[in-house]
Amino acid sequence: MEGRRLLDDCVHCGFCLPACPTYVSWGVEPDSPRGRIDLMRALADGRLPLDPEVVTHFDSCLGCMGCVTACPSGVRYDVLIEETRARVEREVRRPLADRLFRSAIFALFPHPARLRALVLPLLLWSRSGLDALARRLGLYGLLPPRLGEMAELLPPLGARNLAASLPETTPARGPRRARVGLVAGCVQRVFFPGVNDATVRVLASEGCEVVVPRGQGCCGALSVHAGREDEARRMARALISSFEGLGLDAVVVNAAGCGSTLKEYGRLLADDPAWAARAAAFSERVRDVSELLARLGPVAPRQPLALSVAFHDACHVAHAQGLREEPRALLTGIPGLRLLEVPDGDQCCGSAGIHNLVDPASADEIGERKVDRVLSVGADLLASANPGCTLQIRKLAGRRGVAVRAAHPIEVLDASLHGTSLPGAPRTGR
Amino acid sequence: MDPGLVARFAAIVGARNCLAEPPALVTYECDGLTSMRARPGVVVLPASTGEVAAVVRLAREAGVAIVPRGAGTGLSGGALPVAGCVVVGLARMRRILEADLANGWARVEAGVANLDVSKHLAAAGAYYAPDPSSQRVCTIGGNVAENSGGAHCLKYGFTVNHVLGARVVLADGSVVDLGGPVADPAGFDLLAAFVGSEGTLGIVTEVVLRVLRKPEATRTLFATFPSCAEAGETVSAIIASGIVPAAIEMMDTLAIAAARAATGLDWPEVGAALLVDVDGTVGEAGHTAARAGEIARGSGALEVRWPRDEAERQLMWKGRKSAFAAVGRISPSYLVQDGVIPRSEIARALGEVARLAREAGLRVANVFHAGDGNLHPLVLYDARVPGEERKAEELAGEILRMCVRLGGSITGEHGVGADKVVYMGEMFSEDDLATMDLVRSAFDPERLFNPGKVLPAPRLCGERPWPSRVRPVEAADPAGPA
Repeated sequence: MEGRRLLDDCVHCGFCLPACPTYVSWGVEPDSPRGRIDLMRALADGRLPLDPEVVTHFDSCLGCMGCVTACPSGVRYDVLIEETRARVEREVRRPLADRLFRSAIFALFPHPARLRALVLPLLLWSRSGLDALARRLGLYGLLPPRLGEMAELLPPLGARNLAASLPETTPARGPRRARVGLVAGCVQRVFFPGVNDATVRVLASEGCEVVVPRGQGCCGALSVHAGREDEARRMARALISSFEGLGLDAVVVNAAGCGSTLKEYGRLLADDPAWAARAAAFSERVRDVSELLARLGPVAPRQPLALSVAFHDACHVAHAQGLREEPRALLTGIPGLRLLEVPDGDQCCGSAGIHNLVDPASADEIGERKVDRVLSVGADLLASANPGCTLQIRKLAGRRGVAVRAAHPIEVLDASLHGTSLPGAPRTGR
Repeated sequence: MDPGLVARFAAIVGARNCLAEPPALVTYECDGLTSMRARPGVVVLPASTGEVAAVVRLAREAGVAIVPRGAGTGLSGGALPVAGCVVVGLARMRRILEADLANGWARVEAGVANLDVSKHLAAAGAYYAPDPSSQRVCTIGGNVAENSGGAHCLKYGFTVNHVLGARVVLADGSVVDLGGPVADPAGFDLLAAFVGSEGTLGIVTEVVLRVLRKPEATRTLFATFPSCAEAGETVSAIIASGIVPAAIEMMDTLAIAAARAATGLDWPEVGAALLVDVDGTVGEAGHTAARAGEIARGSGALEVRWPRDEAERQLMWKGRKSAFAAVGRISPSYLVQDGVIPRSEIARALGEVARLAREAGLRVANVFHAGDGNLHPLVLYDARVPGEERKAEELAGEILRMCVRLGGSITGEHGVGADKVVYMGEMFSEDDLATMDLVRSAFDPERLFNPGKVLPAPRLCGERPWPSRVRPVEAADPAGPA
């Protein structure tokens, strides 16, 4: 295991503490990156047993990787926590309710078809007015916290969510500059189909031929982040297969968590002789949509948008992929648009994959700080490149009776290029 | 620790803020000095001065040692627990209570991070001057305990020059205010005794800080040299010319390499480099920076660079401030030492350091506050090689002895802590130490606050004075050595 060597890279300086959302919340060392590394060391040295008490401190980690950015010693906390979570899943038996809830999440979210099957009943529920009534009466608060959290997170739905599908091939407008494959995502595909539509339109206008391979499944990001390694590897192999042999210059992704996972396939499958080389080759071609567009450079004419936009850094874009300038560049190229920074923007919003589903109390505590900062900016629109973050911030703002209008940066660029309308403000809890 | 006692601590601070499970305790076994470890009996995280006082009263009643802790970034083991003790963490007391900029002060809780004070005041154009390299993390309470320094203490002074008052919890659990917003109060300066007392006199819970107006302009220059000798001469020449730089930081080849690796700065491979800040009004800063650049060239600089913009200036300082931790990128383990020499002896002292390192067969990186003569030799070693940690500690000790021989000190700003207790006898006579112990017992007669730090424990008969290394803590760890 490379873990031991990686553990030794930590010199205990503590520079990670203020970057860690749980340490900022509670001020408790075992719920900080430095403390968790201490625990990993104690486990490796046999000074502590791997028991449920230790696991609580690994579970509390959001996996936001803010610490990876903050660390002067270059500690690979991302690898360390992933290896630890895999070991926890192999060796620790969780309480029954916890196991059932986690199984339910993994039976649902990584499966776009199942997610879509849920849309019709949810749509009827929200159109019937019962949803609004339930929100007004605070009935979601009566559900067990984890279920209430899920219900409250739901974005506004429409017919597009039921039937969204993308053309298998979209030709480039004008001379072709690249041929790219698009990873459609799971939550993105079903709940935010507009983001994929916008991505295809923008890429085409910027000279990309866009291929959306049929039958592509989940990338396995949620599974990797939860330590479900075998499941993640299965999904990775399937996804790699569906993008091979298509003559693609790049594999493009617009969801933060998916992107960082796709870029790590090489490591995920490193021990599988049949797949290691294929996975590494795949990962090398993966680009966040902002990264690809920054490399290509703009060609399509931008129309002015008189809009102030607060920029939210998704952790898995900024920290895990190190992309900060590129997503902003999508917006700063738009005439008339005023880009505003969210204070303490390097802090996580608490969504963190499935964290806000399994530990809503902690996630909300962290999310409330983010909402304070977002609202302090007073922008017309929030640009957020990850569906989870958008849902989390909107949900918590909604509880305050504030409707946050949010869009993926690529949707904003789409509006400037093609005059499409931007998503409106969602309904609020009151 | 006895569960009944834990329950009583929990009743004071709340169950969530009272940690007694083995996993939580493991993470408090050491601070920034990782070579010494001990497991506390309980960790409490109070939210108010009242809770701190109640914790102290209970600890005293139970006869349990009390070890205060801020963010645990200290490099001398000041927050190293005593096995079975109660660690009082101030991490939850992080409110900025009030600021009176007209009169130049701010009152903050002890757990506030140093940089957060300046961030809070930034919009009003004010800041808190002392800037330890760990300022993003380290707490004001910890700064007071260690009398912390930082790069800009050359011009502005150490923590002691910026603390106007403090609220402290004494050994009997009483709460007193020492000093206050009014400058230079009458009577004995008991506050000064607390600054740098390393948690041995009581627990500071609130601090009244002096805050300054941000200088109108700061200019930074980065100069490279063939060796530390020319860089050392430049430091003396700049100060001799009448310039009082805000900071003069020196880095040698290894430290430059570490900072480069951590930040991606395009710093060249040279023998030494200086990072100099001058500040003042726009005209003054520009004039002084130009003059300092000329002096550097005249003293043998290979190159003098000016940051292109504020972003590059910030990155240069980030490189300097993360240099300690960044050394982790070029060596599996290292010891940070902290000694002082007269500024005029820099070249000679670094020559000595290099000679001692050669003899020990180890590498030493140097990154330090050159204007203060405050050396930070980083002794690089590999803990996995048997005997190398020991060799590194001996080399670090030799470097400190050399500092004392040259007329300096065994610590500039990191404190004595547990790490350097054994060298106190190199600097002070037995009478000196006995006098310090009298001051300590006046505040804490039962010596419950941070025992084993700063002052050597009373010797057993037959023992050599100040034996080579006191490490009682590992043996006392119930789980065995780390």
